[in-house]
Amino acid sequence: MATDILMPQLGESVTEGTIAKWLKKPGDPVSKYEPICEVSTDKVNAEVPSTIEGTIVELVVEEGTTVSVGDLICRIQEAGTAAAEEEPKAEAAKEEKASAKAEVPAQEETSMKQRYSPAVLKLANEHNIDLTRISGTGRGGRITRKDILRAIEQGVPAAAEQPVAAEKSAAPREETKPEPAQPKQPAPVAEAAGVPLENGDIEIPVTAVRRTIAQRMVQSKHEAPHAWTMMEVDVTGLVELRNRLKEDFKKREGVNLTFMPFFIKAVVDSLKEFPYLNSVWGGDKIILKKRINISIAVATDDALYVPVIHDADEKSILGLARAVSQLAEKTRAGKLDLKDMQGGTFTVNNTGSFGSVLSAPIINHPQAAILSFESIVKRPVVTNQMIAVRDMMNICLSLDHRILDGLMAGRFLKRVKERLEAYGPNSEI
Amino acid sequence: MPVISYIDAVTQALQEEMKRDSRVFVLGEDVGVRGGVFRATAGLYEEFGPERVLDTPLTESAIVGVSIGAAAYGKRPVAEIQFADFIMPAVNQIVSEAAKIRYRSNGDWTCPLVIRAPYGGGVHGALYHSQSVEKMFNGVPGLKIVMPSTPYDVKGLLKAAIRDEDPVLFFEHKRCYRLIKGEVPVEDYTLPIGKADVKREGDDVTVISYGLTLHFALQAAEMLEKEGISVHVLDLRTILPLDKEAIIEAAAKTGKVLIVHEDNLTGGVGGEVAALIAQEAFFELDAPVQRLCGPDVPAMPYSPTMEKEFMLNPEKIANAIRELAEF
Repeated sequence: MATDILMPQLGESVTEGTIAKWLKKPGDPVSKYEPICEVSTDKVNAEVPSTIEGTIVELVVEEGTTVSVGDLICRIQEAGTAAAEEEPKAEAAKEEKASAKAEVPAQEETSMKQRYSPAVLKLANEHNIDLTRISGTGRGGRITRKDILRAIEQGVPAAAEQPVAAEKSAAPREETKPEPAQPKQPAPVAEAAGVPLENGDIEIPVTAVRRTIAQRMVQSKHEAPHAWTMMEVDVTGLVELRNRLKEDFKKREGVNLTFMPFFIKAVVDSLKEFPYLNSVWGGDKIILKKRINISIAVATDDALYVPVIHDADEKSILGLARAVSQLAEKTRAGKLDLKDMQGGTFTVNNTGSFGSVLSAPIINHPQAAILSFESIVKRPVVTNQMIAVRDMMNICLSLDHRILDGLMAGRFLKRVKERLEAYGPNSEI
Repeated sequence: MPVISYIDAVTQALQEEMKRDSRVFVLGEDVGVRGGVFRATAGLYEEFGPERVLDTPLTESAIVGVSIGAAAYGKRPVAEIQFADFIMPAVNQIVSEAAKIRYRSNGDWTCPLVIRAPYGGGVHGALYHSQSVEKMFNGVPGLKIVMPSTPYDVKGLLKAAIRDEDPVLFFEHKRCYRLIKGEVPVEDYTLPIGKADVKREGDDVTVISYGLTLHFALQAAEMLEKEGISVHVLDLRTILPLDKEAIIEAAAKTGKVLIVHEDNLTGGVGGEVAALIAQEAFFELDAPVQRLCGPDVPAMPYSPTMEKEFMLNPEKIANAIRELAEF
C-alpha cells in the first residue's frame, strides 16, 4: 500500500508552500519523522517529515512547484506491506500523476489568490472585509463573489496566527468603524502600480518574504497609531563591564558577549513592572500577555526577520547571549522554523549595530511597543557640575497609542534606562 | 392553455391579426396557394383570399419595396423572406428606406412593416439556407429586431410587431419551428418589443441568449443543476433595441456572464451586450464576460460532421458555463 503524503499545514495562516528541494528520491528508504523535502513558504522554510516508515514510491510534485496545503506531494510504500498490489497501484499512481499534472496549470495560477474581481473588491470594501483572511474556492484559489457573500453571511472566517488578530478583524465590523480592514492588503500593491518605468530601471519581483514584510509594515502603520519617545542612557558602566568580561566569556562559553543580552534583560525586567507594555490590542479589550517572549530584529541582506526568544524572563545574561547568537545564526542560514517565529510579545531592535543614533521603528504587529537601542557614542556630558566623557546611547520607543499613553511608556523607558545605568565595571552577571 | 408549436404560433398570430385588422396582409414567395415552404401561412389564402395573401416573384427587393409603399399608403404589410439568407437583395430597401422614413419625414410618415424570415442552421440547409443574418441589421437605427425562442413569445411578439408603427425584422429560427412546443393562451395578447425575459433563475452563472441557443442553454442549465451549478438564463427576445436594464440586472445577479448565439462571434450581438455590461455593471463582475458563438467561418458547412462542429449544443454551452463557474 502506497501512502499519500500531503502538503502539511505549516502554520495557521500558511495555505501553500514551494517544494524547495527533495531530500529523497524514489526508491529511497525513509524512517518515520525523517525529513523528505524542504518547503519554503512566505513565512518560514521548513522540512516535511515522513509520516510513516517505508520506501519512497513516487515524487508527485517537482522542485520549485508551489502547492496548496493538503495537496499530494509524494507517495510512500509503507514498510512491511507486500508490494504485491504494486502494479494496479502503479497504474493508480500514474492516474494520480496525470490528474496532478492536470492540476499543474491551476497550481501555477495560485497568483489568482490576489486577483480580485471588481465585484469582490466592491463587496469587500462595502463590508470591510479583509480579503487576506478569506480563502477562495475559485480557480487558482481565486476569491469569488460567492465566497465573499458567504463570508458576509457567516462572518469573516477567524484566521490568522494570533487569535487576537482575528478578533480584531471581527470587531470593527460590528462597530461599523471602517478601521483596519480595507487599507491593509491593497496598499503595497497599489503603490507598485502606476510607477512609470524609464530606461535602465530594473524591476525586481517581490519575494514572498518581502511581500510579507510589506504587508505587516503597512498593517501595523495603518492599524496602530504610533507614538514615539526617546531617552538618553549613560552606559559607561556597562561598556566597562563588557570590556572586562568579554574575552573570558568568549573563552568560557563559546559565544560573544554583546550588549544585546543586557538590553534584553533590562527590557524584560521592566516589562514585569509594566505589563501593559507586554500586551496586544484586542479590539474591545487589551490582552496582557503572561509570557514574555522577546522578538529580536535580525537583518539579512534582503530581508528582516524577527525571531523570538521565548520566556526571556527565565534566562540569564548567558542564556540570552546564547539565544541571541543561535537565532542570529539560524536566521542567516535560512534555517528558522515556525516556532522560532511565533509568539513574540515585545520587540527589541539593535539599530546601533549599523551605526544609527536615532530611529523610529514600526511596531511588530500586534505587539504594543518596540524598543530600539542605538549606537553607543562617547560624548561630553555634564555630571556633578563637571564635563565628563561618557558612553552615551539613545533608546527609542514606538508605542501603540491605543494601548499605551506617554506616561506609562515614559516610566517603562525610564526603568530600562535606570537598569542599564546601574551596571558598573564590577557588576556580577 | 393549449400546447402548440413555434410555427403554429406564427400562423395563429398572422391569422388573428388579419382577422382583427383588415389593413394587415401578407406577401412573399409561395406564401399563398402553397401556404409557405415551411407552411407558416397555411390556411391564410383560403381564409383571406388572394388580395390579402400575395404570392410574389422571386425578388426580395420588390417584396420589401412593395411593402414599404403599402405601409406608406396605410396598409400593414407582413412580408415573408423565404430564407433569411435571401434578404440581402432587400437590404437597400430595409436599411435606406424603411428604417429612415420616420426620421426623414420628421415624424410625418411611419413605416408599419414586418419582415418575417426563417434563419439559422442545424437543418442540413448548408450555405444558402442556414445563415444567421441579424448582425447585418443590428445597430441600424430605425429598425427593431425581434428573435423569439418560444411559441408564447412568438405569438405575443409577432402581434406586437404587426401593431408597431415602425419596421420590425422578425427572425424565426427554422430549427425551432417544429422542435419547440409550448403553452400559448387562446385569448388575444401582445408582448412588449424591447423587453428581455428571465427563462430560468440561478445564482452561479448568467447565460444571455436568444433563439435556438436559448433552448440549448436551458438544457445545459438542467444538466449542470445536477452538478450543483445554478444557472440564470436571460432570453433577450429583442436584440434591437436591447433591454439594457434586464441585461444589467441579469449580469449583476451572478457576476459571471456567458453570452451565447449562433451568429458568428465577430460583430455579433454578444459584443454589444458584453460592452454594455462592461460599461454599466463593471463593479458587479466577478469574471471576464465570455461569449460562445458560431465560428468565424464564411458559411454553414454541408457536411453533417462539419455542420455539427459549427452548431452550438447543450454540451458546448455546459462546458463554457462550467468554466465560468469554476473561475
